[in-house]
Amino acid sequence: MSLKLIRKFTLSALLIATPFASAMAQTFVFTAIPDEDETKLVERFRGVAEYLESRLDVDVRYIPVKSYAAAVSAFRNNQVQLAWFGGLSGVQARGLVPGSQALAQGVEDEAFVTYFIANTSTGLEPSDELTDDVRGKTFTFGSKGSTSGRLMPEFHIRETFGEAPEEVFSRVGFSGNHSRTIRLVEAGTYEVGALNFQVWEKELADGTIDTDAVRVIWKTPTYPDYQWTIRGDVDAQYGEGFTDRVRQALLELDDPALLESFPRSGFIPASNADYEPIRKVAEEIGILD
Amino acid sequence: MFASPTVRVSLLFVAVALAGLVFADIAITTSNPWRDLGRFFLGVVTPDFFSTEGLATALLRTIAFAFVGVALGSFFGFILALVYKAYPVRMFCAFIRAIHELFWALIFLQFFGFHPLTGVLAIAIPYAGIFAKVYSEILDEADPEPARLLPPGTGAVATFLFARIPDCWVQLRTYTAYRLECGLRSSAILGFVGLPTLGFYLETSFSQGLYSEAGAMLVLFYVLIATMPLWVRPKALPFYLVAAPFFLGEGLPIVWGNVARFFTEDIVPAPLRNNEGLTALGSWFGDLMISEALPGIWNTLLLTQIALVATGLLALLAFPLISTHFGGPVRRTSGHVALVIARSTPEYILAYILLQLWGPSMLPAVVALALHNGGIIGHLIGRQTNGIRLRPDAPAGFNRYSYELVPRVYRGFLAFLFYRWEIIMRETAILGILGIYTLGFYVDSAIQNIQFDRALVLILLTAALNIGIDALSRYIRRRLALQTMPTC
Repeated sequence: MSLKLIRKFTLSALLIATPFASAMAQTFVFTAIPDEDETKLVERFRGVAEYLESRLDVDVRYIPVKSYAAAVSAFRNNQVQLAWFGGLSGVQARGLVPGSQALAQGVEDEAFVTYFIANTSTGLEPSDELTDDVRGKTFTFGSKGSTSGRLMPEFHIRETFGEAPEEVFSRVGFSGNHSRTIRLVEAGTYEVGALNFQVWEKELADGTIDTDAVRVIWKTPTYPDYQWTIRGDVDAQYGEGFTDRVRQALLELDDPALLESFPRSGFIPASNADYEPIRKVAEEIGILD
Repeated sequence: MFASPTVRVSLLFVAVALAGLVFADIAITTSNPWRDLGRFFLGVVTPDFFSTEGLATALLRTIAFAFVGVALGSFFGFILALVYKAYPVRMFCAFIRAIHELFWALIFLQFFGFHPLTGVLAIAIPYAGIFAKVYSEILDEADPEPARLLPPGTGAVATFLFARIPDCWVQLRTYTAYRLECGLRSSAILGFVGLPTLGFYLETSFSQGLYSEAGAMLVLFYVLIATMPLWVRPKALPFYLVAAPFFLGEGLPIVWGNVARFFTEDIVPAPLRNNEGLTALGSWFGDLMISEALPGIWNTLLLTQIALVATGLLALLAFPLISTHFGGPVRRTSGHVALVIARSTPEYILAYILLQLWGPSMLPAVVALALHNGGIIGHLIGRQTNGIRLRPDAPAGFNRYSYELVPRVYRGFLAFLFYRWEIIMRETAILGILGIYTLGFYVDSAIQNIQFDRALVLILLTAALNIGIDALSRYIRRRLALQTMPTC
């Protein structure tokens, strides 16, 4: 009886060891950091995949991931060749994949801003600087790997108070993404939060924010953020000039509905050097070695 | 009563947990937790089965990963069980099972990426360690008499197959089937880190407040587990095992260079990788210990001890729900349903739900761990009480509970509780990924910062802590002469 059992197990063991997906070697795969509600991301990037497919003459596939690090790892492991990264995740990814380059950024990404928001019950008022009134409140970042939701707010908190966030606030959490930061501060789970200004502005325009419950209390100075980053070896894999064709396709993306979903007014060229300030801040805070 | 060693040990654990409560952060931070909880329950009773495309696929993948992972785990576990006497084998098995499925998944994700192998190995490896231990315990219990009656010169293999296995075949089969149920739970939660199982969609729906969608997934999951006796039949098993590998999905191709890079570069501590010498390594390690490992270990132990006692209390309160010594059939049936739901829901999913509803603190984690584990133990000792015959003039109601039943099942109850101590600790560590500051939080942070060297040290520390708790639990059980059958 047990021999039969062992045979069965061996058979299934052999079956799973056979390679799965050799046929899809030529599919061009991209991902994006999960910075917003997933339903929105899937809708947005399926649109992008269709657009790129029509421009590049290869199969293009978008895969959703559950964390910023998963996006970076998939890029580093060559399981995806292109990614829509934030400032920090882009710097991390390009540091790990020699030859990879920032291709294009949104028009708004040249001068990106983080909004600090607060539940109205705290009585915190909009101000030109981060004031001592936030001390002792509860506070949430977005994802641990986010530029606008973690890196820049942490940088400004440290710069303003000369202390780590855990010492300034009575409780520090990570909501996971920008949409959730709004929901949590709105609900009072956290009194103060920091997020990507574009997500705030878009939700405000869509009317999905309860403005009686939450308001912006401070806007950070500007910094460079999101960008499309591509691996250095795609020309060898997909043919000469492939990188340039991808860049061209992204820069010429003008479908208003698709741009609106980002939300960006268009894409402009970007280079690795544009993100030096982000790398410096990340090193200062100790997120990058 | 206080002279009894079981009572003294119990009181000691209660005292530790109470002291722990002083240090623990157990606040409800949402301004309106009950409204959200209400909306969630409304979602569960108004499930929407058709909103998410791919719900059926997710369910299929969940089953496929569970089958392949558990099959491989049981195969290799069985082989390891045969040589389990050897000390290195025992250590090896203790080590691989001390690392939680989700940690294994996070490790494999770094070099296999979104390939099905990531999910399969994440289940198969820790399960092999558990199977090895339990199978060897079962084999040891087998009656030696049949082997002695065989004619001299009978080969070792034949003796094993014909004199040893038949005696414990039923237990082996029951335990393997039970692990399959655990495998379904493990498989479901792998979705939370990005594998294409139920957790993936559950997280998506839940985080967006789509409670009817999330409710549909939970309902389907309960139905899947509750109907297992109907669809997991011995005759159908070969078919499932052969078919399962084909339903894992294609994922993304493995790039083998990544595997080499992970082991030769990524996990080498940064100071060694950059040739900064041993002093730099010392300060790197010291910094890691002080700023992450020690706070993580402290919080993990704190939460574990509180959750352990809460589990015990809940189990003692819950077992009368299904005991034939109390109430009528209606209450027992609803009691059964409540306990089945409590123990079928993985702690991770329960904790995730409660964290979303109540805000971040240790409270949701304690409640989640107590509900799941208390449900399991309550079910087991409730069944035990059904075998107890009371005198016809035995007291009824509360006196029957406290003077007749609890003293009779208390040793069995403690045995189960101590057996699950190590399991609760493993889960406690992993709940850190959800934002409670246990070891899992720091592991997740290190991975988010692409610092796998730090992540690995923290995972190894978690494993060591787990092995320590396991040893302590075995020591206490031996001192109190408690015996138990394994639960997962």
